[in-house]
Amino acid sequence: MGAAPASRDVTSYGMGLAAPLALFFLVFFVAPLLQLFWLSLHNDTAGLHWGLGQYLHFLTDPFSLGVLGSTLLLGAEVTAVCLLLGFPIAWLYQRVGPKLQTIIILIVLLPLLTSVVVRTFAWIVILGRQGIINATLQSLGIIDTPVKLLYTQFGVVIALAQVQMPLMTLPLITALGRIDPNLDDASCSLGAGSWRTFFRVVLPLSLPGVIAGCTLTYAAAITAFITQSLIGGGQMLFMPMYLYQQASTLQNWPFAAAISIIFLLAVLAVVSVFTTLGRMSRGYGGA
Amino acid sequence: MSGRKRTWEAISFELVMTVIAVIALVIIIAPSLVVLIVSFTSGFSLRFPPPGYSLRWYAELWNAWQLHFAAKNSLIVALWATGLSVALGVAAALAISRSRTLSARLLDSLFMSPLVLPALAFGLAALMLFSLVGLPVSLLTLVIGHTVVCVPYVVRNTVAALAQLEPTLLESSAVLGASRLYTFRRIVLPLIRPGIIAGAFIAFMSSFDNVPVSLFLRDAATDMLPIRMWQDLEGKLDVTIAALSGVLIIATVALVAVMERVTGLSRRLTN
Repeated sequence: MGAAPASRDVTSYGMGLAAPLALFFLVFFVAPLLQLFWLSLHNDTAGLHWGLGQYLHFLTDPFSLGVLGSTLLLGAEVTAVCLLLGFPIAWLYQRVGPKLQTIIILIVLLPLLTSVVVRTFAWIVILGRQGIINATLQSLGIIDTPVKLLYTQFGVVIALAQVQMPLMTLPLITALGRIDPNLDDASCSLGAGSWRTFFRVVLPLSLPGVIAGCTLTYAAAITAFITQSLIGGGQMLFMPMYLYQQASTLQNWPFAAAISIIFLLAVLAVVSVFTTLGRMSRGYGGA
Repeated sequence: MSGRKRTWEAISFELVMTVIAVIALVIIIAPSLVVLIVSFTSGFSLRFPPPGYSLRWYAELWNAWQLHFAAKNSLIVALWATGLSVALGVAAALAISRSRTLSARLLDSLFMSPLVLPALAFGLAALMLFSLVGLPVSLLTLVIGHTVVCVPYVVRNTVAALAQLEPTLLESSAVLGASRLYTFRRIVLPLIRPGIIAGAFIAFMSSFDNVPVSLFLRDAATDMLPIRMWQDLEGKLDVTIAALSGVLIIATVALVAVMERVTGLSRRLTN
């Protein structure tokens, strides 16, 4: 098992090959983010006076905190919907033959690869005042006047859930594929019913996939600029639009930088919570 | 008694799961179908079902020069960003894929971090850097920004392909006297090529569709297609945009079908 001496190891490549990309990232990814952080530590737009004014402004302003809170909540709602709908898809995938499997994967993949503006546009057509849902309900006589679906939290959540569904479903399919099918049979032959087997055996063993899916979905949902702004409309403000308004319309770069840093830290915090849970669940799954 | 109970339980469980799965699949596919159908309307509004069918909005698309201009820019940027991502990403993936050192793992997290960090924050940061060094926004700044957010797809897919490569193949090639470069060209590259192509494809699609980074790194002279569409939609519900969406959906489905043939895309993304 001992590793071959590095000079004779023909199966690996030198770390030097990573240098170009590392350098590229240092200059065009790390440096800009550091500069963003540096600018956020200035109290005036000209960037002359140091201070924590921008952060204090954000953290003492109920409006800003409300935007942050509703963004984090939105992510949780979208993730929950994706998990609820995505898990059965992954489960069905394991149940059907190879032909249907490919069809399911391609259906799941389609939104991931279709333009996000197109996907969001479709939801406007579906949810609008004269959209499909309202037209159907009206023609069935269930409602008299159109229900407001567009520019509501419900609309944003359902549109985002559809847009982000592949990010949840693909890791789940991978995770479920790695579970030994004998465990399912064993649990059933020991007298556990399908529901109990699902909640006590399948779900715990698929936790690494659940957590990977939740991480990706959550991060994508709260940073989704287009869907949030087009389906949410002007009434609902989330962090990405707030950031964009401050930077682009109001030209308040230091405050926009502080919003970015706070947003970034919030995403990182959520991701690390998920990662920690993931590490714990892997220990559980491997036991 | 218990046997019957279990059967009933099994049926209820399978029924609930299947019904939810089918509903979910319908929700996923419905928006694309709706746009596709509406884009063939003969009317002026986005009514579903349309009053009649025609190709008039597709014909209209032919004269929409602003969209042509934006589409051309998006295509140029996506091609360059993909090329750069492949060149930088494949080399980096070779370096980090089989190394278990701390530096390899740190580099891996660094290269993956654009996937979770808010791209809009990065877009703003990049704009600040470019304006600090006096580089005006142009197709070049767009290519650089897009490469940062597209590289992770190439790295991830190449690393996955390399992980499935048998190390003994490389050893036997070396034992038979082939140089490392020869082994790479004749053995490694052909075997990991589908992985690289799949990564490049996803990188291309995500660059072509990128909004958050483009938003800050372009101006009127370098308009990008998704942003043009977004701004058009904010103003009014344009049926021309529905036709354009139809073109994009059909192109996507065609590309995915080709990629499925060439690289087994669906298998690659679930492993």
